Amino acid sequence: MKYTPREPVKLVPVPSTNKIPERDIDKSPILECRHLGIDFGGLAAVKDFNMAIGRTEIAGLIGPNGAGKTTVFNLLTKVYQPTRGTILLDGMDTNTMTTVQVNKAGIARTFQNIRLFNNLTVEDNVKLGLHNQVRYGLWSGIFRLPTYWKAEKQARERAMELLSIFDMGYLAHFKAGSLPYGAQRRLEIVRALATNPSLLLLDEPAAGMNPSETAELMDTIVKIRDTFGIAILLIEHDMNLVMGICEGIAVLNFGQIIAKGTPEEIKNDPVVIEAYLGKKKKEA
Amino acid sequence: MNKLSFRSMKGRKALSPFLNYAIVIAAFLAVQLALKMDMVSNSMQSLLVPVCCYVVMAISLNLTVGVLGELSLGHGGFMSLGAFSGIIVSVALKNLVPLSPLRLAISLAVGALFGAAGGVIIGVPVLRLRGDYLAIVTLAFGEIIKNVMQVLYIGVDEHGLHMSTKEAGLLLSETGTAIVKGPMGAVGVTKLATFTAGFLLILLTLLIVQNLVHSRAGRAIQALRDNRIAAESVGISPTKYKLIAFVISAALAGAAGALYGLNYSSTLASKFDFNTSILILVFVVLGGLGSIRGSIVAATVLTILPELLRNFDVKEYRMLIYAVILIVVMLVTNNPTLWSWIARFQRRKAEEKGGAEQ
Ligand SMILES: Nc1ncnc2c1ncn2[C@@H]1O[C@H](COP(=O)(O)OP(=O)(O)O)[C@@H](O)[C@H]1O
Ligand SMILES: [Mg+2]
Repeated sequence: MKYTPREPVKLVPVPSTNKIPERDIDKSPILECRHLGIDFGGLAAVKDFNMAIGRTEIAGLIGPNGAGKTTVFNLLTKVYQPTRGTILLDGMDTNTMTTVQVNKAGIARTFQNIRLFNNLTVEDNVKLGLHNQVRYGLWSGIFRLPTYWKAEKQARERAMELLSIFDMGYLAHFKAGSLPYGAQRRLEIVRALATNPSLLLLDEPAAGMNPSETAELMDTIVKIRDTFGIAILLIEHDMNLVMGICEGIAVLNFGQIIAKGTPEEIKNDPVVIEAYLGKKKKEA
Repeated sequence: MNKLSFRSMKGRKALSPFLNYAIVIAAFLAVQLALKMDMVSNSMQSLLVPVCCYVVMAISLNLTVGVLGELSLGHGGFMSLGAFSGIIVSVALKNLVPLSPLRLAISLAVGALFGAAGGVIIGVPVLRLRGDYLAIVTLAFGEIIKNVMQVLYIGVDEHGLHMSTKEAGLLLSETGTAIVKGPMGAVGVTKLATFTAGFLLILLTLLIVQNLVHSRAGRAIQALRDNRIAAESVGISPTKYKLIAFVISAALAGAAGALYGLNYSSTLASKFDFNTSILILVFVVLGGLGSIRGSIVAATVLTILPELLRNFDVKEYRMLIYAVILIVVMLVTNNPTLWSWIARFQRRKAEEKGGAEQ
């Protein structure tokens, strides 16, 4: 099945969006969700989710556990089919697309519960991200035709290049499943980047990392945005990370967006403090 | 920084495929030498071609079970398709292609084609489903093939192939021959299979499976096994790559079946029943899922073991010893404590060399 781009949907003003950074403001958003929602057995896990993300924006999606953040990612990548609403990726409706097609159209993601190809090497994991970037036929592979050698060399070089983002080149020949936790999270990001996305979704990228690792990760996320010129939407509980690098933030609670804005606005929003940050402070 | 307590795959991965070719070639030469020196008993000689067939069957099933991670309980069905189509072609081409190695090659190719066709027929509807439906469907498939072959009569004359459910229904001309005779199976087959042909088929199987595993498609197949959702998230189509693995696996089983069928003057459809499918699965599981070398060794040893035991004076206990060896091998190959114990030694060696630490 080949993915064919469809007529762009006419852009209409979004009911409400988070604050898109100035440099992206005159461009059409890379992602737009309109009244997105999904029910699980009659229970609305996500309802009336509206959000737009600029082409080079780093946006954050925060909220307490069980708020529905991961579910939003699963809707965007079509792991779940939305019950209601529209997802426009670069102005294109993804309603009829599958997970595979959505990735080919430009969304890549990582998973909250790490999902690597554990029995394959680090290099192979990245090469799998390059699956649709460096191609050759089945028979070239089986009979090792010249196209195989050429493409494999290209894939290996590109994989090493991508691994160098996190200085992970020296791990290339280790099994992904045997890596320490932090390295597995970083490998997931590299694998997602290898698919050449225009929007990268990161589900709790700093989970399980210590403060110095997290600080390093923050720098790298910004570096990735700057070098690849892509949009990044991340879910994260670490407020230093979110407030430090996100330009727009949406706060989710019980499946609904309760606040949107810049980090400053979110920090000072009484509704957010009540529903999310306040509770955390009391716990601590 | 923290010590890396895991091992690099670099050396192992690069070397492993060549070692498998080397083992097979060495074994072939050793057997040839033993044959020359008249050291192989008649009963052992009669096992040479079947061993080759089972090795190919085990490698091919390993592609489905170990590499793709889907359970198939009807691999004997594909073998059956290959055996009967191969036999029919070899008889039909008797006059057209008098050169027997060429006729054998054509028969194997046709067997592979029929195996592949069976793979497509099963795979297309089943592999698009999520969940483990392949096991139950292949189980049924194996039984259906067996039962169909037991009522089918197929013959050939100068007008071409004839097929019927009754012997009289074949309507062959006087020069025609009935090849498949329902419950009596295929009869009057010229034995074309040779040990050398089996050896070459193993090499071809190794070439196809090992190169596939280390190619773009093979990586995609393994990715689907390790994590389907992640594979889809990087743009790998599950149906396509599952089908590729399954059809190649079925084609190789078809070729092995053709070789098997052409090793006997008559072949019964009941030879390729559920027990045969399970026997091949036992080879794969004992040899280790995903381990090509394990499949080769397990298929070889377990095929000749009952015969070897026959040579010793342990008649009554033959099957008992066989069972004990099975259990011991299973304990050894699948024992995590033992493996971690071995891994610890290898790690220590790597650390002495000052390997991958940071
Ligand atoms: N497949 C599913 N079936 C039923 N309920 C689900 C499913 N996936 C998520 N949920 C529910 O949706 C809610 C949001 O979950 P999730 O998106 O994982 O939250 P979080 O914000 O912590 O990532 C939870 O109550 C969860 O139980
Ligand atoms: Mg979550």
